[in-house]
Amino acid sequence: MKSTIENIGSSIIVAIERLGFAIRLFLDSFYWLFFGRKHKQYLRLSQVFEQVRVIGFDALPIVMALAFVVGVMLSIQLLYAFADFGAESQVLVAIAKSVTREFSPLIIGIIIAGRSGAALAAKIGSQMISQEIDALRVMGVVPVRYLVLPALLGLIISMPLLILCADFMAILGGAVFSIESLDMSLFAYLKESFDVLEVNDIYQGLVKSVVFGIIIALVGATTGFNVTGGAEGVGRATTTAVVASIAAIVVADMIFSYFLTQEV
Amino acid sequence: MTKYLIQVDKLVTHYGKRKILDGVDLKIAEGEIRVIMGGSGSGKSTLLWHILGLHEATSGSINVLGKDLSQLKLNEKHKLLRNIGVSFQSGALFSSMTVGENIAFPLKEFTNLDEKTIRIISRMKLEVVNLGGFQKLMPSQLSGGMTKRAALARAIAMDPKLLFFDEPSAGLDPVVASEIDDLILKLRDAMGMTMVVVTHELDSAFKIADKITVLDKGKNLLTGTVEEVKNSKIKRVQDLLERRARHDTVDPEEYLKRLTQENYTIS
Amino acid sequence: MDVINFKKIEDGCIIYATGEIDLSNSQELRKTILAALKTNQKVYVDLSAVSYIDSSGIASLVEGLQFSKLHGKGFMLTKPSKQVKAIMELARLDKVFTIV
Repeated sequence: MKSTIENIGSSIIVAIERLGFAIRLFLDSFYWLFFGRKHKQYLRLSQVFEQVRVIGFDALPIVMALAFVVGVMLSIQLLYAFADFGAESQVLVAIAKSVTREFSPLIIGIIIAGRSGAALAAKIGSQMISQEIDALRVMGVVPVRYLVLPALLGLIISMPLLILCADFMAILGGAVFSIESLDMSLFAYLKESFDVLEVNDIYQGLVKSVVFGIIIALVGATTGFNVTGGAEGVGRATTTAVVASIAAIVVADMIFSYFLTQEV
Repeated sequence: MTKYLIQVDKLVTHYGKRKILDGVDLKIAEGEIRVIMGGSGSGKSTLLWHILGLHEATSGSINVLGKDLSQLKLNEKHKLLRNIGVSFQSGALFSSMTVGENIAFPLKEFTNLDEKTIRIISRMKLEVVNLGGFQKLMPSQLSGGMTKRAALARAIAMDPKLLFFDEPSAGLDPVVASEIDDLILKLRDAMGMTMVVVTHELDSAFKIADKITVLDKGKNLLTGTVEEVKNSKIKRVQDLLERRARHDTVDPEEYLKRLTQENYTIS
Repeated sequence: MDVINFKKIEDGCIIYATGEIDLSNSQELRKTILAALKTNQKVYVDLSAVSYIDSSGIASLVEGLQFSKLHGKGFMLTKPSKQVKAIMELARLDKVFTIV
């Protein structure tokens, strides 16, 4: 009994430690972003572009394909649900709003957590194990500036761009399935969808995606830096990074949905 | 008057509540090759990290290249590190870069040299360690001895005044090990580098050392010339010498620890 | 006092380097050498007064040598000090340069 409580207690302590670590990473990253020049710790723009390419551009095919499928799936479910009270015409609005406000940030958050969050944790974790991080430190290269900051910026830049693509693809997916039931042309459906969307709908998705990007970078880096137990530990850290960042994304999503959907 | 590049006074450090170093004094003169010996847990790694200014001491003072570490600001510390090279036991080469890029890395980060000049310097360093022409290989393609030499090449890329070398010959066959010892001596003679070498290998230590410091349980047990250490009457020193002489192979438990332990660094 | 000086002679020119050649002035040495090689058939670099030369300095000399070979010019080092010689021998460059 005691050991159970002890275990709970110690995992809470670890969780709080990790949270503190992540917050420090965040603050440090911005410190080096703004004051790195003073210390000759330059952020290489090429590194950020490279990250945007790997995190954003390379993820485009999978993101677009999945967003399209989500759009189709939503339209199937909504047509079915709305048919009971003869409100099929509202499917268009429901898809447009739910996709931009909710589904594309969430789905993309999860995909990118699985792709880039895991990759970041694995990269930093294996560099911890092989002492590459130590090698950076003894050269006088700040690991946060060299490893975390480019990934963080890459995610902050890539996520909103991916969201915009996903929004479009999901609406397109919804359209392809719905136009027949709604007796609309594809073009008219798309035009109508963009008409019903308000700036706030898009904005909400973009804000969320930036937050999710930050979560993915910080969780990935934190688990990477805290890796223990050699190569297997790197594997464990990678899994942890994915699970923890998805959990954090879902919780953050709920909080943001609540506050951003309040009528003002 | 002798100029000391490293002066450590009564250094006391803790890891959590555990005392790691217990009043260590160390003075290393310019151009000297100092070998640091001691069993695992003797505090060798901790000492090196403190000399590099990457850990906070509990008490005592450290002066490196004429700078009191406790007085340095962050960017001054970074500047100091540019004059210090570290060659890790495992090499710690950046696995995502070629050997050539590894050596060019500090030059690209910290100098404004022309790209061509950087390329020539990095290849020259490879020549120095007898790896001429290997710049295109990835670190994973190198053998143990080659990895050590490539790591050495990276450590001297910036022409440091001070070089730390962790276990230069551990796990290498005797011929390669002795080549690396020769290289260490050659580097000191040509470039006037001051070197701190941590090693378990007695042959290597006796060959290269100007002076040997034996650490034990966080204390500086003995500092002396090779002869003085060989003739020491101190029991722990004799133990160390004899034990090493009997099994000069890798201690499996210690080795496993090096591979898996969190934050395991120079020891 | 300038670390790097320049003197015209009959069939080329002599570059005098003095003091410490390191990161702070090796780029200047490099530019001087390359510029001299463009206008002269023979370039001598006098190293007798060099007390210390770092890798970037040596690299500048190597670049000069490469340029001279490429354009059929003469590039010679004169009177390297002991320290300079030792550094060159370390990378076996003493076999590559013409030292007179």
